[in-house]
Amino acid sequence: MDIAWVYGLLGGLLIGCGGALFLLGTGRIMGASGLVGGIVDGTGRDKGTTLAFLLGLIGLPALLSLGGWQVDTQATPQLALLVFGGLAVGVGTRLANGCTSGHGVCGLSRFSLRGLVATLAYIGAGAATVTALRWGLGL
Amino acid sequence: MRAVIALLSGAFFGAGLHISGMTDTTRVRGFLDITGAWDPTLAFVMGGAILPMLLAWRLTRTRKPLTGGDFPAPPAQEITRPLIVGSVLFGIGWGLVGLCPGPAVASISYGGWQGAVFLAAMLAGMWALPPLRRALDSRTRAA
Repeated sequence: MDIAWVYGLLGGLLIGCGGALFLLGTGRIMGASGLVGGIVDGTGRDKGTTLAFLLGLIGLPALLSLGGWQVDTQATPQLALLVFGGLAVGVGTRLANGCTSGHGVCGLSRFSLRGLVATLAYIGAGAATVTALRWGLGL
Repeated sequence: MRAVIALLSGAFFGAGLHISGMTDTTRVRGFLDITGAWDPTLAFVMGGAILPMLLAWRLTRTRKPLTGGDFPAPPAQEITRPLIVGSVLFGIGWGLVGLCPGPAVASISYGGWQGAVFLAAMLAGMWALPPLRRALDSRTRAA
């Protein structure tokens, strides 16, 4: 068993605890695209709570990084890919009303059919994209 | 109180992303690379995150949120075109770069200009969707 899987499981449990605390404490669903999107387009309610959540989401990794646990996104340096990818993720998650955390983690755990369909669709499209990129362009 | 709970929840989410390795786009894209060197880590993260949430949703049946109000209504079951089109579009962007909204936001805390560019484009996309949708809707009605 790869040690990365253990870290994955531990990190996943922490993410789920965050979602559980947010739900049981505030009655809201921990979906990153909904929380961020509601601030960006102004449609979100209870904005103070959302901003406090985002502060924690950015602040804790910042503390870990400052404390010496550095990570890196290793993301592509190709500007066009970053911009097109970001636009697609922004438009897509708002159109679908959820992303990996909302439809995936929070939706699947309440046996939501919409969450399941969305999750299969974005994983399927993601897998097709990675495969097409590797075969077509060698990326 | 709500703000403190939200801050802690966000901190758990951020810590989980950091520890799980999901901040590394090569791991995320590795999970999507089903015909190549497949990396199952993301499945462990998803599975790990779903466990506490199963318990939480169960508790919502008999309780009220700690800070008042109500829990979300039962999920809608209707499969709509925006759900599919949006998720496919999201999947394409996710496959291209390997970042989804949570890690994209968290990534500004550990540096790297790529995360910042991606996040800026994502925010622009989120901001642009409502007017884009209105324009498309009125065009469909006119046709």
